[in-house]
Amino acid sequence: MTGRRGGRPLVPAYLSTGGVARPSRPHLERLTVLSGSGESAPADLPAAQLALLDALYGGSLTVLEAAALLELPVSAVRVLAAGLLDRSLALARAPIPPAEHFDPDLLKRVADGLRALKHH
Amino acid sequence: MAYAPSSTTSGSTTGDIHLPDTARELVKILIAGPFGVGKTTLIDSVSEIRPLHTEERLSEASVAVDDLDGVREKSTTTVAIDFGRISLPGGIVLYLFGTPGQERFRALWEDIAYGALGALVLVDSRRIDASFDVLALVEESGLPYAVAFNTFPDAPRHHTEQQLRTALDLAPGTPLVTCDARDADSSLDALLALVQHLIDRDPPEHR
Ligand SMILES: Nc1nc2c(ncn2[C@@H]2O[C@H](COP(=O)(O)OP(=O)(O)OP(=O)(O)O)[C@@H](O)[C@H]2O)c(=O)[nH]1
Ligand SMILES: [Mg+2]
Repeated sequence: MTGRRGGRPLVPAYLSTGGVARPSRPHLERLTVLSGSGESAPADLPAAQLALLDALYGGSLTVLEAAALLELPVSAVRVLAAGLLDRSLALARAPIPPAEHFDPDLLKRVADGLRALKHH
Repeated sequence: MAYAPSSTTSGSTTGDIHLPDTARELVKILIAGPFGVGKTTLIDSVSEIRPLHTEERLSEASVAVDDLDGVREKSTTTVAIDFGRISLPGGIVLYLFGTPGQERFRALWEDIAYGALGALVLVDSRRIDASFDVLALVEESGLPYAVAFNTFPDAPRHHTEQQLRTALDLAPGTPLVTCDARDADSSLDALLALVQHLIDRDPPEHR
């Protein structure tokens, strides 16, 4: 067995994105939660934006799930969602509520939840 | 799949993928590895929704989005990135992303890795070196990770843990577990090894 490229420095921990390093400005991430605002769709809404809005009638979806449903790249859904947000037709919520960015318990709760799923 | 979701999800058996109303904290873990290593199999074994995928462009061009067909036509080379979802008690929703590790996925990799808790790197015990690229990508992205050895029936069994660690050039603290991606409990154990590693790491000062 040969090792992989040796001597390569490990990336220092302070460069890690590890879950909490998010910018505070609103940004449409894969896991940003989209929901309809309840406003009815204007007649001039582009078809692609309407398709996204329709997908939100049944409940909230992440950008990611909307992309899977509409069979579009995530980057395209970001553009469509931004259009809906601009016209207040949809609302966006960050994956982790701002107050909980620094919740030290999150990982522990993830571990507990995964353990509870095991069958024995 | 077979799990009853732990929260009030109603849609998992009907194919409705809308989020449970209880969803509050959405987190993600990357399931990374080379082609055919078992990424989709692992996600399928633990996901509450049938694994879905998005078609992602490898070369990103800004496009004017007029209608769905217009968007689709402008796609260049694409790769399918699959994902699954697990609702956990307390409103946590964990997403798992099957992430290929070749060098040409670098730009896409960074986008997917953004904000992830960490990565579980799958290694096929018959072709260890196929995972070198993905390990390099994970380390460059700075994501903490654990390694799961996916054991295939015809895999060589003579490796000692130390031989594997040396071959993969793993840091002493990096967890190394074996896993059968087809088995939900085994996949959960591998995920738990990663999450426990994340808990055990010294917490960065500025959290
Ligand atoms: N014996 C055994 N077979 C496995 C295991 N994991 C996956 N397989 C099989 O290996 C094959 C490839 O698995 P996939 O889950 O499709 O691999 P993948 O990483 O998603 O592959 P790509 O999406 O092509 O990159 C399938 O036939 C699986 O049934 C495992 O842990 N043990
Ligand atoms: Mg796959």
